[in-house]
Amino acid sequence: MDGPGRDPSTFPPYLYEAYRATTRRAPKQPLIPLPHTLSEITGPGPALSGALHQTVQGAASAEDSDLTTNMGTGTEAMGERIIVTGRVLDEGGTPLPNTLIEIWQANAAGRYRHRVDQHHAPLDPNFLGYGRCLTNKDGVYRLITIRPGAYPWQNHPNAWRPAHIHFSLFGSSWVSRLVTQMYFPGDPLQPLDPIFNSVPAAARARLIAQYAHDVTQDGYALGFRFDIVLHGPNATPFEPYETAQRATR
Amino acid sequence: MTRRDLTPPQTVGPFFHGGLLPEAMNVLVTGETAGERIRIEGCVYDGDGAPVSDALVEIWQANAAGRYRHPADRRSAPLDPAFTGFGRAGTDERGFYWLETIKPGRVPFDATRTQAPHLNVFVFARGLLDHLRTRLYFDDERTNTDDPVLRVVPQPRRPTLLAKHQTAGGRVIYRYDVVLQGDGETVFFTL
Repeated sequence: MDGPGRDPSTFPPYLYEAYRATTRRAPKQPLIPLPHTLSEITGPGPALSGALHQTVQGAASAEDSDLTTNMGTGTEAMGERIIVTGRVLDEGGTPLPNTLIEIWQANAAGRYRHRVDQHHAPLDPNFLGYGRCLTNKDGVYRLITIRPGAYPWQNHPNAWRPAHIHFSLFGSSWVSRLVTQMYFPGDPLQPLDPIFNSVPAAARARLIAQYAHDVTQDGYALGFRFDIVLHGPNATPFEPYETAQRATR
Repeated sequence: MTRRDLTPPQTVGPFFHGGLLPEAMNVLVTGETAGERIRIEGCVYDGDGAPVSDALVEIWQANAAGRYRHPADRRSAPLDPAFTGFGRAGTDERGFYWLETIKPGRVPFDATRTQAPHLNVFVFARGLLDHLRTRLYFDDERTNTDDPVLRVVPQPRRPTLLAKHQTAGGRVIYRYDVVLQGDGETVFFTL
């Protein structure tokens, strides 16, 4: 059912029955390949990053990239403090500077600050659970947070989500948009998780951060590295358009 | 440069509101924005016809002059300092969402053809392992018949991409429901 824009060696299918919610939400009609026009090769990424950049420079805080303190209570969030860093690249390996990243996650006890999360685990009054940052000129981002807990869900008996952090990125174009989840190395829940397993086996490792001792800070926090690669637009159809416009004038 | 393998997508899950909607992002216009004010509204439904109460709709559009706020759009049509073109709305328990924006101008398809006015639309939800990519066209636009994208969509399915013009209290509303699966399933694309 999936078209050429969704390589089956990388993309999960929309219908993955082990993840029950897909059975009533996955489209059944074939997807239609769309050429990359001006609508697809543009996108909100640059404008949103620019707006955030201005906000950041106007404010005293550095972005909103420290989830251990961004609740603003003056007390740090509970949990194992971690640093998550990495590069955002396109498929050609070019780093993407000034790219907006939005993240959200459960607290150390496996509870989201969200009205529909009914998990019987404590909220942390000092943990908001979301934040955002921009990549620097080398495409590098850096977040400080706490390691999220695993939590149960209703998909199947004794179902538990492995620890994960949700990532949302815009990249440079509409085509580049990505929402994904970052997992932690050595988590025994991963092979039991249908959401993780929906990704083709060979591509699953790309969702797992690596422990990075060079990122770990002595006496402060463990470091993890997680690089993200975004889809880019095809060769721009726009230059020929401009050329053609000039030629006909 | 070495080719890099893409990072696979994962579902947005049910708990995205703090991360993606820390503040409302469904009003794209200010008093200064140029163009015809329109309201886009509708519901997201699943394969049982049940409302999807935990979906997120994102839109990206050109301004009233048909210009995208993006470095790749280097045409001479004017940018509107009071318009970015990005909006985001969550659905409520009825599956309902709304956005306040302006009718976009036309943008080129390729060197010779022009596209009918449209919004680029993404749908995210729990149960969607990757976001869905679609477009919103306006059902009262005569230029739809020549739109190169609509023309590749099988005719019987084209109406799923057409927002329906309505008026209420002197306001222009375009109704645009998204059916994820089943009867009247919305046309989704790969990019």
